[in-house]
Amino acid sequence: MTHGADPRAAKGGDAAASSELEFLSFFVDDHLFGLPLLKVQDVLDTRPLTRIPLAPPEVAGALNLRGRIITAIDTRKRLALRGSDSETSHMSVVVEHESELCNLIVDKIGDVLRLAEDNFEQNPATLDAAWRDFSTGVYRLEGDLMIVLDVAKLLAFQH
Amino acid sequence: MDDLMRDFLAETSESLAILDVELVKFEQDPSDAEILMNIFRLMHTIKGTCGFLGLARLEKVAHAGEDVLGKFRDGELSPSPKAVSLILTCIDRIREILAALEEQGSEPDGNDEELIGRLAAMAAGAEDEMVADGSVEEPTVEEPTVEEPTVEEATVEERTVEEPAADEIAFPDEAAQDEDTCDEGAPVCDGGFPIAAELVSEVEAALREGCQPATDQEIAAECLAERAREEHEPASATAVEAAEGPAPAAKDKAAGGEDRKAAPAPQSIRVSVDVLETLMTMVSELVLTRNNLLQMVRGRDDSEFLEPLQRLSLITTDLQEGVMKTRMQPVGNAWSKLPRIVRDLAVESGKKLDLQMIGAETELDRQVLELIKDPLMHMVRNSADHGIEMPRDRVAAGKPEMGIISLRAFHEGGHIIIEIKDDGRGLTTRKIREKVIATGLATEAELDGMSENQIQQFIFKAGFSTAETVTNVSGRGVGMDVVRSNIEKIGGTIELKSTAGKGSTFTIKIPLTLAIVSALIVECMGERFAIPQLSVRELVRVSPNSENTVEVINDTPVLRLRNRLLPLVSLHELLALDQDKDLTATDYFVVVTQVGAHNFGIVVDQVFDTEEIVVKPVARMLRKIPFYSGNTILGDGSVIMILDPNGIATQIGQPAVTSGDGGEHITHYAEQRSSLIVFRAGGDALKAVPMGLVARLEDVDMATVEHANGRAVVQYRGHLMPLIDIEPGMAYESTGKKSVLVFSEGERWAGLVVDEIIDIIDEHLQIGLGSSREGVIGTAIINGKATDLIDIAYYLTQAFSDWFGGEEYDAPTATVSLRRKRVLLVDDSRFFLNLLSPQLAILGYDVVTAEGAAEALALRDKGQRFDLIVSDIDMPGMNGFDFAKAVHNEGKWEDVPMIALSSHTARSYMDRGRDAGFIEFVPKSRRNDLLTVLNRTLEDLGEAA
Repeated sequence: MTHGADPRAAKGGDAAASSELEFLSFFVDDHLFGLPLLKVQDVLDTRPLTRIPLAPPEVAGALNLRGRIITAIDTRKRLALRGSDSETSHMSVVVEHESELCNLIVDKIGDVLRLAEDNFEQNPATLDAAWRDFSTGVYRLEGDLMIVLDVAKLLAFQH
Repeated sequence: MDDLMRDFLAETSESLAILDVELVKFEQDPSDAEILMNIFRLMHTIKGTCGFLGLARLEKVAHAGEDVLGKFRDGELSPSPKAVSLILTCIDRIREILAALEEQGSEPDGNDEELIGRLAAMAAGAEDEMVADGSVEEPTVEEPTVEEPTVEEATVEERTVEEPAADEIAFPDEAAQDEDTCDEGAPVCDGGFPIAAELVSEVEAALREGCQPATDQEIAAECLAERAREEHEPASATAVEAAEGPAPAAKDKAAGGEDRKAAPAPQSIRVSVDVLETLMTMVSELVLTRNNLLQMVRGRDDSEFLEPLQRLSLITTDLQEGVMKTRMQPVGNAWSKLPRIVRDLAVESGKKLDLQMIGAETELDRQVLELIKDPLMHMVRNSADHGIEMPRDRVAAGKPEMGIISLRAFHEGGHIIIEIKDDGRGLTTRKIREKVIATGLATEAELDGMSENQIQQFIFKAGFSTAETVTNVSGRGVGMDVVRSNIEKIGGTIELKSTAGKGSTFTIKIPLTLAIVSALIVECMGERFAIPQLSVRELVRVSPNSENTVEVINDTPVLRLRNRLLPLVSLHELLALDQDKDLTATDYFVVVTQVGAHNFGIVVDQVFDTEEIVVKPVARMLRKIPFYSGNTILGDGSVIMILDPNGIATQIGQPAVTSGDGGEHITHYAEQRSSLIVFRAGGDALKAVPMGLVARLEDVDMATVEHANGRAVVQYRGHLMPLIDIEPGMAYESTGKKSVLVFSEGERWAGLVVDEIIDIIDEHLQIGLGSSREGVIGTAIINGKATDLIDIAYYLTQAFSDWFGGEEYDAPTATVSLRRKRVLLVDDSRFFLNLLSPQLAILGYDVVTAEGAAEALALRDKGQRFDLIVSDIDMPGMNGFDFAKAVHNEGKWEDVPMIALSSHTARSYMDRGRDAGFIEFVPKSRRNDLLTVLNRTLEDLGEAA
């Protein structure tokens, strides 16, 4: 898998295919991920967070989004990616799950992609178990692979 | 007219309107059971409410109607059109009475015998036969014109009054409109319709019966009744009524209730609570946004936004108040039933009672109001029943015959205070004492140490009533504890002051609303948290050189505050912000927090002001953290977590019990009064042991100490007495004298070497803090000082590992594991648990108590392990037999031996116990047997293992 390839290359590629779905792509630790666009409520830049002591380590804190309290998830930790907490400005993707808002802190927002289902594949059996849980499958883009995240599973904390 | 009545009228007229619609629907589709149930329920409600309000006439009519509906429901009666008409007539009659009720404030006189008779006959099935032909002439909508002449024929000759009505029939609509416009002037007009409908159905009935003479009689009878009624109604109204008659009858099917929904209380509309809740939430958000804005311009006086913001602020405040008001109801609503109750009580008991209600207009949140209704009623009853004396006793005591119970409500700083005061006999401390002792809530010695007020507080304990006789009103002892818990549930408090002979005063303090709470904002390690103001008692600033100092016992910090020890929880540690905060070094604040009867201090770095906050639930993934009750957005727009004092209290109030062999003891035998020897040994900390355990105090000359088998011993009374040290490895000086506490059992002696004996005191022992350190039971305040209570059993087993091994002194019991046996004690009587657990603990068992089978099983589910279970048999909820079965049927405790403990000793009972799985059965009266049995059982186990 090559990293950093422009996901835009995939755009329009197989536009003629039977059914298409829209995704918002983003990067965490140079990996390309995607979320179904319909799940995404908002994209935010860095905001002050309130720390929540004793919360699971993946919970970065809580913040106020137009009068609603949303829980910030450190996507990097959640995906067990090691990369250091770089100083680069973080963005976050707000998703709603079971009527609660959460924002997934990511490194960089990619694009809105319209992808043909033909390019979708199940997770390779050899994928890291942690990732297999969070992902519904993989899209083959030109020059890159986009891992589609499952919001419900990503936000299901079992501790 | 009081509010209750007004509400009743509004509600009932609504119900009636629905009933009309439903009934017509029902007539169209008699098979629809759901509609029928609905109708039945509505009628039932009306009946119920009438009965409650003492509206006898209404109740009777509604009752008769309900009977018929009941028959429909049960399928005993088919809902023929005639029957439905009859029900409609019944509803009309109700409406008619209601109209008069609204106007006059009381039920009009009148006779419903005839209607009730017919309803009863219908219910009995008598009028059912005519159904077949009846269906043809149903009072239908399609042909109202056919019916009308009949009505006229039937009535006009008889009742000349109706003449003008005939004329108006030509333009019924206008008439109806007129009526609407003059609604206020003639509110009775609504009642008009009934007469017509009634007549219609009567005529139908007559026609159906097909026998003229009978009809005549009936009409005559009816007319008499009718006239009687007319006399009570304004003539004008009657005219309109007749005119309106046919119209609604015709509309019945179509529009039904709507047209006649001239609500008796037009100034109010009913809005669903959900809508109000949503509004409330939105306003709360608005308030937060406003606060946010204000914060932004604060300190910038030149801002062009300042003025519009101020206006916005004002309007928001008004809006907030307005919306709050929609939820507010006068507290008088909760009092409305009381005068009646007091009156009835007075009559019943022959007392003279006067109920004074002051501040009934004081408003509070509807939700809160609902919750205090019952407690209030209970307390007033109590005052009337127990508080006020009989007239002659009052006179004898120099008081006026009339006893006064006064209820007073007023606002005070965001709270509502409700006072219930009577000038009766007050609480007699003596009686309470006797009762306390009789029920085993405390011992005589304990009571001696209590103030009058403290003793009086016992009435809030479960199972307590001072009424000498149990009346049907009160005295069953399920009162004040429920009252208190109800009030505490909504974050309120209740206090009692009583002077014998003068009377008692209960003061209830409750929050105004549950939606917005005031919270104290604190900071800890740079993070801010909110603590609900209601549980905050006071703030204490602590610094190394202030008068409030923190002492550390056993690594547990406590604050000495006005001669009480206040356990401290540091947020640093609780929330894992900073594990090693040194509480003795720096400046910080202690938020003294009260949860129920628990007081504890929360240590924080900084205290800010209080803010009004709207509690929002925390995200689902955070709910398992017990310390947060919610979160909110502050004025500056930041999110803040709200601490839950209950959660924190639970965390510290019940020291965590580690499963397995942890040294933690659960010591539930607090609050016992005992003689203690206070001493110093191995350090400056004060230590104490129960006097009862110490055989003697001796001074031992250190020169006589010999060492044998690696142990210090002295010869004492012909025996070798091992000497034990609190701090192991403490070197003895070889000369001089040392005080030794001598413990003995049988032929064995052991001495505990101490540095200094300070005092022997008789103290009400309160173990404030549990301990996880071996050899220490806990920490208590003794003579105003924090003192460690020494676990003698621990030290004695150091001297003789078989100290508690029983009679076989010479047996080689040293192989028995030193691990202390864990015993679970299950009994619904707290007292009994308190009695037994120290005894067992002192004998070297780890005792865990459970106040019932459910609690015990919960421990099992938590993974706790025990070597033995001792259980009571007679317990509320699951009894001992079932408990034993539950234990042995499944789960990890399958193999844990159980011993039954019961006050019953019948043989059959014991057999039942054995069947259930108890290995031994010990009568409660012979507790010492229990100890023997325990030892034996556990020894058997040890050998088996």
